[in-house]
Amino acid sequence: MSERSHAFSLDRRTFLKSGVAAGGGLVISLALPLAFRPALAQVSSSPAFAPNAFIRIDPQSVVTLVMPMVEMGQGIYTAMAMLLAEELEVGLEQVRLEHAPPDDALYANSVFQSQTTGDSASIRAFWVPLRQAGAVARTLLIQAASQQWNVDTSTCRAQRGEVLHTASSRRLAYGELVDAAASLPVPARDSVVLKRPEDFTLIGTPAKRLDAPDKVDGRTEFGIDVRLPGLKVAAIAISPVLGGKPRSVNEAAARAIKGVRQIVTIDEAVAVVADHMWAAKKGLKAAAIQWDDGPNAGVDSASIVRQLEEASKQPGVVARNEGDAEKALAGAAQRVDAIYQLPFLAHAAMEPMNCTVHWRNDACDIWVGTQVPTRTQAAVSEMTGLPKAAIQIHNHFLGGGFGRRLEHDGTLLAVKIARHVTGPVKIVWSREEDIRHDLYRPYYYDRLSAGLDAHGTPVAWTHRVSGSSILARWLPPAFQNGLDSDAVQVAIEQPYTFPNFHVDYVRVEPPGVLTTWWRGIGAAHNVFVVESFVDELAHAAKQDPLTYRKALMANPRAVGVLTLAAEKAEWGKPLPARWGRGISVQFAFGSYLSQVAEVEVASDGSIRVHRIVCAADCGIVINPDTIAAQVEGGTLFGLTAALHGSITLKNGRVEQGNFHDYRPIRMNEAPVVETHLVKSAESPGGFGEAPTAAVAPAVTNAIFAATGTRIRTLPVDTALLRL
Amino acid sequence: MAFTIRVNGTKHIADVDPDTPLLWVLRDVLGMSGTKFGCGVALCGACTVHIDGVPARSCLTRIDSIGDKAITTIEAIGQTPIGSALRRAWLDLEVVQCGYCQSGQIMSAAALLASTPHPSDADIDAAMSGNVCRCGTYQRIRAAIHRAAV
Repeated sequence: MSERSHAFSLDRRTFLKSGVAAGGGLVISLALPLAFRPALAQVSSSPAFAPNAFIRIDPQSVVTLVMPMVEMGQGIYTAMAMLLAEELEVGLEQVRLEHAPPDDALYANSVFQSQTTGDSASIRAFWVPLRQAGAVARTLLIQAASQQWNVDTSTCRAQRGEVLHTASSRRLAYGELVDAAASLPVPARDSVVLKRPEDFTLIGTPAKRLDAPDKVDGRTEFGIDVRLPGLKVAAIAISPVLGGKPRSVNEAAARAIKGVRQIVTIDEAVAVVADHMWAAKKGLKAAAIQWDDGPNAGVDSASIVRQLEEASKQPGVVARNEGDAEKALAGAAQRVDAIYQLPFLAHAAMEPMNCTVHWRNDACDIWVGTQVPTRTQAAVSEMTGLPKAAIQIHNHFLGGGFGRRLEHDGTLLAVKIARHVTGPVKIVWSREEDIRHDLYRPYYYDRLSAGLDAHGTPVAWTHRVSGSSILARWLPPAFQNGLDSDAVQVAIEQPYTFPNFHVDYVRVEPPGVLTTWWRGIGAAHNVFVVESFVDELAHAAKQDPLTYRKALMANPRAVGVLTLAAEKAEWGKPLPARWGRGISVQFAFGSYLSQVAEVEVASDGSIRVHRIVCAADCGIVINPDTIAAQVEGGTLFGLTAALHGSITLKNGRVEQGNFHDYRPIRMNEAPVVETHLVKSAESPGGFGEAPTAAVAPAVTNAIFAATGTRIRTLPVDTALLRL
Repeated sequence: MAFTIRVNGTKHIADVDPDTPLLWVLRDVLGMSGTKFGCGVALCGACTVHIDGVPARSCLTRIDSIGDKAITTIEAIGQTPIGSALRRAWLDLEVVQCGYCQSGQIMSAAALLASTPHPSDADIDAAMSGNVCRCGTYQRIRAAIHRAAV
């Protein structure tokens, strides 16, 4: 990975301006109720030392760290605090955290050039800048102390929120130095000296999550928990068919429900505003909305799959080409062809979609948990004509994101409704609305062919991806020459090398359904396809899947995780009948990961995943326990999709609506997940999404090992596995 | 009509329709947001509370069905010996990720330990499989329940 230039600067003036803005009231409204909150009330009234947009220290030594990326379970608040605290030389128990306000200039993630949390990119983007921010502050505090003592800076050191002069046994708390430090010129962030890895005291340790104590007590405020004076609550019904409109609404019946205050009908939805959610829900039911379905009324899954199948017969935009795959295929001793299909998937975060808006004619406040605060602010500005400065986004902890909260549709809808309401209104979607009005992981239809020589070694590999382009809608400038780089992610940069190689992409936009990012993004699609097909080639070559993979791999880190996972999973050790082991390996998000799944298939075809062994090399690890947690959780997220996940459409409507027909993995189905980390000195890779991508092929390859049945369509159809 | 309910030892009056689920009374009328809305139809367990010590999905518990029974929520469970042990175990093992489901997980776990002080894995499966966690923290929840049971 290259360190790209960063969109933000730690320029002192910019930062001071933000400090002034913070003093104007943001501090209090954004203050997090985290476990450690000393002297909270002092913060906004005292002048603070704030050499950059991430750190503020007040005269009482309260250290406030501003979190540029959002916490949605991935542990990033703790990891970012560790990066800052490592160089600032404070203990994690000495800091309080704050959600950053929307500001691309100050808080952009360099991968996106915007304040966006996604693509497992937070650590890759902030690994250097946050340590530099901490080191800048520490440098200034040491300088301030050394001037006060009239000693050389090299004789002073910082430790646990104090500057020490060992020779004279003097010490000053950071709070005592803020005035002096604030008057010093701020050094350029790339001029300060960062600690050597061997001197790290926090990075690499299993530090406790800073957000955990409030979360186990029910005190954490998610977007849905916002409480404001005079707040009303609204239930919403969105047209069940994309593009449809409400035709009739029985407003009188809705108003007759006790507690209902107002019915708001907009282009694509009806909201019932009430004193509490039950009244709103009853009002919505009483409204007996009739819909005009519009042009997508006839859309169904079968027609979408037919459309993809047809489109995939024609060549697409070339994503990567090496040698002459067609010629090599024609001359191969053996040819293997396969079609792989992956379904539409909803996100189904535990916190249903919600957004609270207080609209005034010249300004608007928005309380929401979002992965894209600046993008949301810009979209509201564009829709309403309000200047961005008049739109306050109060970000929150997210009760799961998984890509769903990279979209601002829910906020725009909430603003449209709130424009008709006096005072603040909280719009909460039902679980059914949440699942039926998601933007879905695209349905992919992939054609693959490979040619093997007489020894079973592949001489050609072709892969055609067909599906919706998320990039073309979400980030049009990144959609270049008809190629969606996400749709072919991993497919074009595998751990394997093939002498003749061709990957192309056919964009197909199905009607009546919108698509977006889903945890694991392109990797969650293509790792399944690539790792399944490589497994097919191993079988065609009559070779062990592990040995076969190793022979095709050159990268030592990829070989390392594959070997470690196989060893820990006791690859090759005999299993009972109808049990199997399957393996996968990937390079994605800058990290290497291999998984071995141990699966039992019952005679009725039902699947029991007993154990998943994971070996990861994600470079320098910030918090090893967070990596283990992401392995466990990311794996289950992918396993849920592999075994149960599918969104289908009929008559233009999404057929699933709640956890009975869009099934999550539950406790009784959850396998044991083991994590083994490879020690590495490489720059940190991204990791939150990696395990989600790796698990499906490990499981389906294990199903093949157990039954001889190759699963090429997800979710797994257990009817194919019956004895 | 007005209902008097007892939540965490304190009496509250809620003037709502008799069919109003306890969940929305807690969250929207009483302003107690620790109990979470997840599915609305008792499929996910995020809204679990105790009614006279018995776990209940508050999204389907009508306010008129409660009477003077004692309601306990996540805000107070940590003050009980079992709740305190669970809280400690949850933190020791770093169970939470996004945290949204954890109120319900802890309430279900507390009810399990109250009836079965030393649960087997099968007991845990039976008691906890109604609680969905999309972050996939089940393995740590299981370990934390065992730890709190010691």
